[in-house]
Parts: sequence; structure tokens; C-alpha cells
Amino acid sequence: MATQSANATFFKQLQKYYTFYTGGFIAFVIVVGILEQMGVPSKILGYLFLGATILLYAGIGVMSKTADVGEYYVAGRRVPALFNGMATGADWMSAASFIGMAGTLYLSGYDGLAFVMGWTGGYCLVALFLAPYLRKFGQFTIPDFLGARYGGHIPRAIGVFAAILCSFTYVIAQIYGVGIITSRFTGLEFQIGVFAGLAGILVCSFLGGMKAVTWTQVAQYIILIFAYMIPVVWLSVQQTGIPVPQLVYGYQLQKVTAQEKVFNDKTTPLGAKEESVRAIFRDRAATADANLKGLETGGAAFLTTEKAKLEAKVVELKAAAAPDAKAIAAAEKSAKDYPADAAAAKKAWTAAKAGNAARAVPVKAHAEPFAAKDEAARDIAKKNFLALIFCLMVGTAALPHILMRFYTTPSVKQARQSVFWSLFFIFLLYFTAPALAVLAKYEVYHNLVGTSFAALPAWVANWRIVDPTLMNITDINMDGIVQLAEIVIGGDLIVLATPEIAGLPYVISGLVAAGGLAAALSTADGLLLTIANALSHDVYYKMIDQNATTTRRILVSKALLLVVAVLAAYVTSLKPGNILFLVGAAFSLAAAAFFPALVCGIFWKRANQLGAILGMSLGLGITAYYMYMTYPFFGVNAPLWWDINPISAGIFGIPLGFIGVIVGTLISPAPSKEVQELVDHVRYPSLDGDLNSNAA
Amino acid sequence: MQLTQRHKEYWQRNLRMTAILLAIWFVVTFVVSYYARELNGVTFFGFPFGFYMGAQGSLVIYVVIIWFYARYMNTLDEEYGVHEGDD
Repeated sequence: MATQSANATFFKQLQKYYTFYTGGFIAFVIVVGILEQMGVPSKILGYLFLGATILLYAGIGVMSKTADVGEYYVAGRRVPALFNGMATGADWMSAASFIGMAGTLYLSGYDGLAFVMGWTGGYCLVALFLAPYLRKFGQFTIPDFLGARYGGHIPRAIGVFAAILCSFTYVIAQIYGVGIITSRFTGLEFQIGVFAGLAGILVCSFLGGMKAVTWTQVAQYIILIFAYMIPVVWLSVQQTGIPVPQLVYGYQLQKVTAQEKVFNDKTTPLGAKEESVRAIFRDRAATADANLKGLETGGAAFLTTEKAKLEAKVVELKAAAAPDAKAIAAAEKSAKDYPADAAAAKKAWTAAKAGNAARAVPVKAHAEPFAAKDEAARDIAKKNFLALIFCLMVGTAALPHILMRFYTTPSVKQARQSVFWSLFFIFLLYFTAPALAVLAKYEVYHNLVGTSFAALPAWVANWRIVDPTLMNITDINMDGIVQLAEIVIGGDLIVLATPEIAGLPYVISGLVAAGGLAAALSTADGLLLTIANALSHDVYYKMIDQNATTTRRILVSKALLLVVAVLAAYVTSLKPGNILFLVGAAFSLAAAAFFPALVCGIFWKRANQLGAILGMSLGLGITAYYMYMTYPFFGVNAPLWWDINPISAGIFGIPLGFIGVIVGTLISPAPSKEVQELVDHVRYPSLDGDLNSNAA
Repeated sequence: MQLTQRHKEYWQRNLRMTAILLAIWFVVTFVVSYYARELNGVTFFGFPFGFYMGAQGSLVIYVVIIWFYARYMNTLDEEYGVHEGDD
């Protein structure tokens, strides 16, 4: 058939382009590597990498320039399954996956696996419940489906609101990542880095919409997967001699576990040294606690007497026969830094108590699930682990920027295959991250702990200066030797420093930065496009002006894209909140708002408008309410329900969403015959006398 | 657009397969994680088994579930004559 051979030719062409592209990129990395050997400074190499990749994305954007509505919104619906898989992979894997994941696993061991499982297993729900049916429906946006299936403007409007809410929350986390990477590798200010990265995002999506974004995302996937794999494989070769880290890290994990036992055993020489550091932290925590108690009983008077004591100490030291300048300076500092009032004192001491107590605990075993002090605490950890997985999975199957990608394949058949390719390409990175965490831990346990402070490994010395929040190491017990308890590592360090840990040249660090940037930009592209499309297509075209010309619709979309992007960058430059929470919140919100209405819309013919309205607003409402009440950022701090953390608020919202759909549906009449036919239409890839719902 | 008996049968078979795969997904995700502490007593390729399932085993099964579903449904489409003409 004509289209079949056209599709096959197109596929071959794409294969050729991207093979050339990959070869070209490898050649580029080699050239930069040669430049490094010739003595070009690393800052220039950093600029080269970031500049070249952003130019590349812009170039693809320019080449994919389009004014056709179908191309602009759904890439002409001719993206083959394999390439849609790569694009979805890049769309999916954000800065949090690329940079944050391995670090989370390093810091929390087994419990961090909730993210690994949650962010992959959700694709089973996409495959089984949504992708093929949405593809058959074949419009432009997710609110489109809600609008057509449930009728009227209200379900569509709630969909638009929810899509914007969760995409905007998520995009802020991405732009934040872009800012961090550009500022770290080029030395630009964070705020400038944000806007520079934004320019890269915009050129691409602005010119060619979904078409440009798709082909750029494929290119970005190739960069990010190379950038992730090379350092890990090299590290694995160094430690085990085998270049397949995913297969062999079990044995490294055994060694790590054995070493953890030694660290926690006070009778071994290493364990005794660890214990001496922990004892110091315990003392510091006890001092802070004593101060807190003194403040409680003595009130403000306690502060004045304690401060007077410190000042007296300064006087005493100065009056000594041979004044010790260092001791005087220290005493003066502690007198000066003494909290001025009761509120400040309480805050400072509470933080000191918690911080020191946290560092006084024994090493947490990496492979132990739900480690906690007693059975009850373990049960709470387990419950939250399962709840988080559930929210992340259902959220995956509800985030509009991901679901939208399945509108772009040529057929239902390819939509199904493309979910497989998507998860396959995501899987490559996600099953490597736990390996990287273990290999990095092995490195720290065996090659960092026990070295002398005078001869720290180069990567530790470097990062300690570059960013003390990522690598903080101080000789607490003054023995000149590094103990594990003396090291504080920020999660993001793991991926960023792996090339140096593995002793690779700087060019690979540049590659990793480019990979992180690719991950953040590709996700930001998809999200911004989702927001702009929801506004231009669903609000402007479908709800305000149904007679708008195609040129006008695309123009509106582009203008909105610009506005939303600048707004997002502005909000990001204010540095709001914790990235991981922003991401988690986006998942819970999307899960509760979309999943019940979408799934019931396909699998339950009887589901109707009132059900959708009730289900979506209840689900979204309760999720947002719980987050607002319990997440410390908002300052309400209400008690938790069944000990569920605010990040998993969707665990209440999703079931309530289903209940809402069911109750609302049963108390109002069944939907019209046309709507029921639409349901049959999406259930079968092809029917005699099939409607043509593919919008153009 | 009248659905025939065969159309209904196609949908039933789709639902049945969806339910089976969903059950596997559920067990692999939630039941296995629930017993992760207990499963860690078993060693698998050098890994504690509970950890292995979270880090790798479940992911492999997810990929296989989706691969199998795509293959099964694409064959079922042909068998029941509801496949798309061109692709």
C-alpha cells in the first residue's frame, strides 16, 4: 500500500539520519577530547559542549519549522514506534532522573527504589489502559478526549486546569535543573543560566511545535544515554574488570554490605574510629538538647546568663599570661553568634539537635528495605514506600505530556509497540542507576574512608571547593584520617562526579553535563508544549473561537508558549521549594485528576459527564488539600492521615476520583448513543463504517 | 455501527488479557515489595533477592508485560479482522 511503503521509506531515512548524527556526535566528543589533551582549559570545553548541543537542538528546530496544524500539534502522526519510544524516553527522563536518581539511591538505598519502580511500572498502565485507545481517538490533547467523551465544556475545562497545574509544577523543576547545570559548567549566574537554557528550549518548540520537539527529543535521548553509560561502564571495568555494571554490581553490593557491618561494629579498628566520630555528634546533639531544656525552664534569663558566661570566657582568655589568639577568636565568635532571642535560639538549637543526631546514627545498610528503629517505624516506612510507588505509577499514566506522545504514531498497532520501546529506552537508564549508586558507594567505602586528610583523592578535593553542599568532609575527631561519619555527600554529586571518580578525562564530565542538560531540556520542551497547547487548542480554539483559522491557532499557541516559558523561568529564578517534592506533587496531582476519568471513559460505557466532573474535581481537590495541609512549605503542618507523607497525597485522591466518577454517573442518566459509539470506536483499532476522529 | 458477536468476543479477550497482565504487575510491584525484607534472605546472582526485584527484576518484567501485550493484541486484531489497513 502507498502509505505503508511511504512509512517504511520514512523509517529508513530516519535511521540513516540518526546513525549519521550519532557518528557525528561521537566524532565531536573525540575532537573535544583531543583539544583537552592539547591543553585547552576545561571551562572552554564546558562552553563548547553546552553551546554545541544547544545549537544542535536549535538547528533541528529550524529544520522542522512548520505551519501545518497536524504537524505542529502531533508531528503529522507519522513518528514510527521506535523513534516515538526514544522521544518519549527523553520526554520522560528529566533532570531528576538523570542527575538525582542515582544520588537518591546512594543516600537512601533500597527505599530509593520506589522511584525506580514507580517511574517504570507506570508504563504498564499506559500500555494496558490508555495508549492504544487514545491513539485510535486521535485528537491533539488530553482535554480533547475528556471534552469529546464526556461532552460540554466543564470536563474539558477541569482537564485544562489540571494539565496546566501539574505541567507547570513539573516544568519549574526542569528549568531549575537547567539553571544548575549551565551555571555549574559555564560559571554563569543561576538566573542567567535559567534564561540561557530557556532560549534553547524555545527555539525548538517555538518554530516547529510537536514535530520539532519530537525530532529533538530523539537526538537528546541519544546524547543522554551515552553520557550516562560511559562513566558507569568505565567505573565497573575499574572495580570488577567487567564492562556490564548491571550484571556484576551484586558482588560489589555484597562487599559494601560487609563493609557496613565493619563500620557499625565497635570492636573492629575501623568501627571504633567511626564510633569516636559518632560520639562527638551525640555530644553535640546532647548539648543542643540541654540548651533547649534550659531555655524551656529558664526562658530569656537563661539566654542572658549563658551569653554572659561566654563573654566572661573571652575576657578570661584575653587576660591569660600567654593569650592564645586562635582560642580568643573562637570564643569571640561563639559569643557573637549566640542567638539573640528565644525564638532564634529555639530554632538554631532544634536544627543543631536534629542535624547532629542524624549524623550520630550507625550506617544504614544499603540493601535493607524499610530500615528503621522498630517494627512500627518499619511498617510506616513500608506503607509510604508502597504508597509512593502507587502514586508515581498512576501519575505516569496520567501526565498529559507523556500521553500526548502516543497521538503521534501512525497507527494503534504502532502506539502499542511504541509503549514497549519507550519503556525499553527508559529501562536502560533506570536499571543502571542502582548499579551506579552501589559502585560509587564501594568507591567511598574502600578508597575514600581511611585515606589521610592530607592526601584526599582529587575528585573529593575538587568538589569540596566547587560545591560544599555536594561534598562536605571535615576531620571531626582530629585524627587526620577520613571516617565515613565525617563525610556528607549531596545526592547530585554521584552522577556529576562519576567521571572523575573513574579517573576519566574532563571531556567526559562535559559529556555528562550535556546529557543532564538534554534530559532537562527535553522534558521542559514537552511540558511547555503541553501547557501552550492546552491553552491555545482547548481554551482558545475549542471553547472561545471555533472558527479560528489554522494560521491564527498556531500563532496563538506560539505566543502563549513564549508567555508561559518566560513566566516559568521567572518563577524558577525565585528558587521555590524542593525539586523532588515539586516532581512528586505533579505526579500525585495528575494521577488523581486524570487517571480515573480517562480509564472509566474507555472501559465503562455508562460513565457520563456528571461522573467525570465529580471524579476529577474530588480527586484533584483532596490531593491538593492534603498537600496544602501537611507539606511543611505551606506552614499548616496538620497531622498526617495514616502516616502517609504529603508527596503521596494521590493515594487518597485516586480512589476518591474513582468513587466520584461512579457515584456521579449512577445518579445521572446514561450518555447519548453517539458517545457510546465513540467508546466502541476507540476500543477497536478498525471497525466497519468507522468514524474518522483523527483531527487535522 | 453495529457490533457483532465476534467484536464482543474480541473485547472480552482483550479484557481478560488486560486483567491477567495487571495481576502480574500488581504481584511484582506490591506483593514482592511488601515482603522485600523477607525475600532479602535469598541470594540471587550475588544480590539479596528483595533488593534485586526492586532494582532490576520488576523492571524486566514490566518491559516483558508491555512487549507481550503489544504482540498479543496486534495478533488478536488480525484474527478478529479489526486491524488497520495500512501501517
